[in-house]
Amino acid sequence: DGAARTLLSIGRLSRGPPFGRAHGRFGLSPSGRLLLPAPRSQENADPQRTAFLLRKQWTLYSVSPLYKFSNARLRDYARLLSAFIAAEKQKGLAVEVGVELDIKVAVSSLPDLKGSDQDQAAILVQLSSRSPASPKNSEEKLVWSGWFCCVSGDELSENVPEDFTCLPLFLANGAESYTSIVGSWFQKTFDCSFCRLAISPLNLSWMAAMWTGCKVDKTASAMELVFSVPCLPQPLDISYAIHPEDAKALWDTVQKTPGEITQEEVDVFMDCLYSHFHRHFKIHLSATKLVKVSTPIASAHCDGIIKFLQSQYLTGVLMLLTELAISQIQ
Amino acid sequence: MQRRQSSKTPKQPPQVHHKNQTDLSAWRKGGRTDPEKSVQIHQSPNCQKNDSKQDSLEQALRYFEKVQDRVSLKKSDVLQKHLTTVESIALQRGLPPEGFDVLLNVALSGKLADTVNTRLLKSLVPASVIPENSVVSSVSWLCVSKCSGNVQLLFLRWLITVFDFIDHKEQLHALYGFFFSFLQDEKMCPYVCHLLYLLTRKESVKPFRIRRLLDLQAKMGMQPHLQALLSLYKLYCPELVTITLPGKKKTYFKNSEGPWKAAINAVRRRNQESSPVSQPLFLGTAQPQSRKRKWNTQLIIPASSTNRNNLEEDREKNRVDLYSTNESLPLEQLQTFSQLLQNIHHLEFPSQMGSVLTNPLLLHYMNCIKDESVYLRLYYWMGQTLREECTWCVADNNQYEEEFKDFLETVYKTECFLQEGFSSCEEFLYKSLPLWDGCSCRSQVLRLVSWIPLSSFSEMKSHLYDPLAQLFFTSSLYFKCSVLESLKELLQNWLNCHVIHLDSESDSQVHSLNTTLSGLVNVVAELIHFVGWISTVALRLENNPTFLLYFILDFYETVCDMYLRYNLPLLIMPPAGVFYPALLSMDSVSLNQLCYIMYRYRTNLVAAKENELSKKRILQFKFSSQTYQEYNRYIIAMVGCLWTSSAFQKDIHPQGLQMDDELLKKTTAQEFKTSFNIVYHPAMMGYAVLFLQQAQPDDTTLNFSLIKGKKWDWYLKYLYAQGLKGLKVFIESSINRISQASHSKAEN
Repeated sequence: DGAARTLLSIGRLSRGPPFGRAHGRFGLSPSGRLLLPAPRSQENADPQRTAFLLRKQWTLYSVSPLYKFSNARLRDYARLLSAFIAAEKQKGLAVEVGVELDIKVAVSSLPDLKGSDQDQAAILVQLSSRSPASPKNSEEKLVWSGWFCCVSGDELSENVPEDFTCLPLFLANGAESYTSIVGSWFQKTFDCSFCRLAISPLNLSWMAAMWTGCKVDKTASAMELVFSVPCLPQPLDISYAIHPEDAKALWDTVQKTPGEITQEEVDVFMDCLYSHFHRHFKIHLSATKLVKVSTPIASAHCDGIIKFLQSQYLTGVLMLLTELAISQIQ
Repeated sequence: MQRRQSSKTPKQPPQVHHKNQTDLSAWRKGGRTDPEKSVQIHQSPNCQKNDSKQDSLEQALRYFEKVQDRVSLKKSDVLQKHLTTVESIALQRGLPPEGFDVLLNVALSGKLADTVNTRLLKSLVPASVIPENSVVSSVSWLCVSKCSGNVQLLFLRWLITVFDFIDHKEQLHALYGFFFSFLQDEKMCPYVCHLLYLLTRKESVKPFRIRRLLDLQAKMGMQPHLQALLSLYKLYCPELVTITLPGKKKTYFKNSEGPWKAAINAVRRRNQESSPVSQPLFLGTAQPQSRKRKWNTQLIIPASSTNRNNLEEDREKNRVDLYSTNESLPLEQLQTFSQLLQNIHHLEFPSQMGSVLTNPLLLHYMNCIKDESVYLRLYYWMGQTLREECTWCVADNNQYEEEFKDFLETVYKTECFLQEGFSSCEEFLYKSLPLWDGCSCRSQVLRLVSWIPLSSFSEMKSHLYDPLAQLFFTSSLYFKCSVLESLKELLQNWLNCHVIHLDSESDSQVHSLNTTLSGLVNVVAELIHFVGWISTVALRLENNPTFLLYFILDFYETVCDMYLRYNLPLLIMPPAGVFYPALLSMDSVSLNQLCYIMYRYRTNLVAAKENELSKKRILQFKFSSQTYQEYNRYIIAMVGCLWTSSAFQKDIHPQGLQMDDELLKKTTAQEFKTSFNIVYHPAMMGYAVLFLQQAQPDDTTLNFSLIKGKKWDWYLKYLYAQGLKGLKVFIESSINRISQASHSKAEN
């Protein structure tokens, strides 16, 4: 007994993920990032197929790797999830799996949303309701949608055994009660855990700088930064709007190496904006908290809410969000 | 179906264990009872006394077997007599297996009046087991409904109560459909549900049955008995049906124990068999859930439930894999250790790995499974939970401190059980210690520190030692002691882990950088140096309290024995900042502890030297001569201080006691030369006073100089008798007593 136990314990000394593997391990940002890459291959990615993801508010979550998830069983998952939702909504009543229910669930794959070949295809979950009045011919109404994705998440997926599926970023749109039910089902079924993904002011300033540098149409709307002033009896928000071309001009003077951004450049960019603001209003924005960044590319709120506006930069923004999600998991 | 099989000859005891929840009680008892045997056992004591009773029971049974048509109870004395016999014997000793067939037949056939039937059913208390056949034949009586509704109900309640006493259940399982059809009877439905709950196996769950139950549910609404049965169906076939049980409900079935349970217990007790009668019902999914804050808050440790995700896959696999029995035991039904042993080959981990924390059986299982994914699943879940629920890292969590404490406590207990630290826990500590105030969840956090796995020093220093030192220096004495305590535990855990590692050195594939011997030696050395440093500072800050000194010396009690006890080629002497405060302590406890430690250092160093000299094996590591020198300097100081009264002259340690005579004279202390030995040492003087009072009760001058020669030896013996064992082993090992040697020779 002693000997057997000994061997087993020893085997475990090196178990668990290798320690200190990620650069972002203690929430520190990397010193440099690549600029948002242009879409990988234009011929594969049809912007129409991901267009429905644009101009919607998505709440961000990080999700630890899914255990024993199989892309081949998406239809089974939809059936089980739909019965689970029905059972949750009428606690105590049993529900047969596979029958027509009020809420229809569709689980599908979104192969376009990938950064590298190692990335898993994104998974889309859609809940739609049938009107009970005329169940047969009525149109289904989309009530909730959520999707899991991983764009250039090699850092995570390389370290994880086969049984696990890495889709570290989850985005949800719709009533939170549905997010809760769907999330619980995934947690129970694939032994993963969901966590709200907040975006720190530091990362928001990264987004401001990165997205400023992207080319968009001339008709693009203004870039807006929202700051909140701490320690006041009433909340006070300061909105700072800049013409996108002005912002781009400023960024171009800051950025040294095309295609790459460093923390230093981000700091310089933000400092320039702050000093400009101070010159006019005598307010030090550096003493406030950056809570929201809106650009023609996307808008992001520190509570972990994002809205995508340009389909050609969708994967680029997702890549950054995937990185943030991974640093929260590890 | 055989209606009337002769049950006079008891069937052979079953050789095979049927996989069924109700067999568990048999396992608990340690095997099934052989019906024949138990009857014999039951009959063998005071055989003669029982003979008459036995006869009358046999007569009664014969009577009931032959009884025709309705006999009125009031008119027939014979019936009354036999009925009373059956009742009294049943209550006293229980009925033998062969009695059930006769009595069930007569009670359910409707031959006699309902009062008689009821009394008969109520007296069906088993002495050992109930033959399956008798149950089968009574079910067929039930189907022809010769008896009244009340009798039917009573029979069902009886069947539920004695279910575990039925000797085997294969044929009963074949009747599943019959029982299922009784569901439509509204009165019987709750009891039938209960019975089906006991009988249901995975193969009993069929789509048409589910549909039937759902129809009933639609008709009758939410009924606890239907919920229970449906959730069992869900457990076996989550791909067919699902149900969410409301949180609070606890009982799903009406109490059907009736008059039997107490009687069965009494009979059991009288027959001197201790066993639980029937096993409590359980529904894994029905555990009361604590209130949920946010849906994705995971502080609630999930209940262990079968991995439903795999069930369907398994079924598909079985079509090709003939060896797979498709009999994996649902985790909800894993209740005892023996069950674990019986089913270890077809157990699955729960759908949410976090649930192992509260399930010791699964922890046992985890301990013998080599599966990376098990640890990884736990790692992700635990990491997330710790990060999200930490009360000092996340702003709004303060109000949930008690919950978080409980969680940390559970994690710690699990680590102790598995004898290994979790890496998610380690990372949590590294991330959260710099933010920790040293107060919230103090004892839990410090305990978790003791299970930090070995890793390279650069990480330990910045992540553990630096934040810990900061808190240590600025916190109370008690905090300091607790930190020292947990660092001692940490050291011991590392050393234990090293010993295990040594034992299995052949297992070469697991040698990672951190677990090589030199890596280990370095990390352990750094920990000891760290503790030496904070101890020195703490003793000065707190002005050498005995309490603190105790915890410091306790740490060194482990350090001084590392070579011999843990086979680690490393010995590190305490720093002077620890050694001298202990040596000059006002308290005999500390001095005694120091003596013991120095004795163990000596033993370890001597052993190392011998090994080195004999060169039995080529030693990769040798103690440096510096260690020996350091030890020698301390020994000189100690001997000077305790024995030769020459501490001020002979101590050669740079931070030691050596002082010029001139300087000492300036202190104007009298007789400074003798101020330190086992008589005059401040920690020992109290003993010297007591010794003198006992040795010379008349002399009140307390002349310490009288303690010399023979009295010195008496004094030593007196000290040893006072429990100063450390001092004893130290003096006996480290002081060369020529006088004592000759003295003892003379005595002999």
